[in-house]
Amino acid sequence: MARVIVITSGKGGVGKTTSAAAFAAGLAREGNKTVVIDFDVGLRNLDLIMGCERRVVFDFIDVINGTARLNQALIRDKRVDGLYVLPTSQTRDKDALKMEGVEQVIGELRRDFDYVICDSPAGIEHGAQAALYFADEAIVVTNPEVSSVRDSDRMIGILTSKSKRAERNEEPIKQHVLITRYDIERVNRGEMLKVDDVLEMLALPLLGVIPESRSVLQASNTGTPVILDDASPAGLAYRDAVARFLGEQMEFRFVNPQPKGLWDGLFNRLWRRSA
Amino acid sequence: MNILQRAFGGTRLLDLFRPPAGPRTADTAKERLQVVLALERSANSGPSFLPQLQEEILQVIKKYVDIDNENVSIQLERGPEISMLDINIELPAAPKPSRRLPVLQSAH
Repeated sequence: MARVIVITSGKGGVGKTTSAAAFAAGLAREGNKTVVIDFDVGLRNLDLIMGCERRVVFDFIDVINGTARLNQALIRDKRVDGLYVLPTSQTRDKDALKMEGVEQVIGELRRDFDYVICDSPAGIEHGAQAALYFADEAIVVTNPEVSSVRDSDRMIGILTSKSKRAERNEEPIKQHVLITRYDIERVNRGEMLKVDDVLEMLALPLLGVIPESRSVLQASNTGTPVILDDASPAGLAYRDAVARFLGEQMEFRFVNPQPKGLWDGLFNRLWRRSA
Repeated sequence: MNILQRAFGGTRLLDLFRPPAGPRTADTAKERLQVVLALERSANSGPSFLPQLQEEILQVIKKYVDIDNENVSIQLERGPEISMLDINIELPAAPKPSRRLPVLQSAH
């Protein structure tokens, strides 16, 4: 029986799809059969981030409507064993996500997989609610920035009150916070909220801190989940986060300033000033 | 202006060892967030009758005094044994200076 995990945030552009792709690939790499579902009907993008956009024939909505079987819509990843993508429709609107249909598809995936990752759309409308409704766990993706933290707080309230588990008075969704686009230099200069500030306000356990990193854009350019880039700080941070999710104790990297020689610092400063 | 200053576009030598000065705005961000989150959480977590209660109280008062929505605030503070329903109504200055109606207490 799979665990169903929703990747959500409220605010757009904070890194939900990047995180969903990274988590799915990371869990699969650890030997878990994992599927990642795109819930952003009409604005599909997970296929691009996963690099399978040219292999989409049938989608999630086709399966819900009964015009395709689940096996026909699932795309098997060519790089990681046991990793599958269920893309969404680019042409329909969010109302195409009928709850009974979503429940049926997730139920079927639960039987075959170890993890079902639901990549939520931004906002708190129907698509986002459908993505979280059947979840067992939630990863709330937050940037250290006022509008993102506020929207995350709102989303935590919705996860707590509007899920299937909440409505049935079952054990609540287990929630985690994942801080992305963290820039330690700006934090040190007092220009960006610290990890502790964000945690104090959201009061959730911290799953990971992903540093602002050029490699995230590079990975999306090529359709590779950034976690597969062994040289990338963001990729390494995602690996740590996946390991924590699986119960390992991992130290937090990229949260404290890297020790730098005086001359490095001086050089950087001269260079930055002249640039 | 000495040679060094000229070389670094007016930067003093000591500045090279300091972080570039930008306003430290993270603390402002934190304070603003704390206020807005506290307000929104109480608005979203209170009993569902609060907005309607506020509206009805407003209608009753409007029969006698000309006030609008912003002059009435209703908050529920939860305590371990009793909860406090705090209703603040600002009345216009005339004919008497603004006064506060007594606070209602209800076991919740």
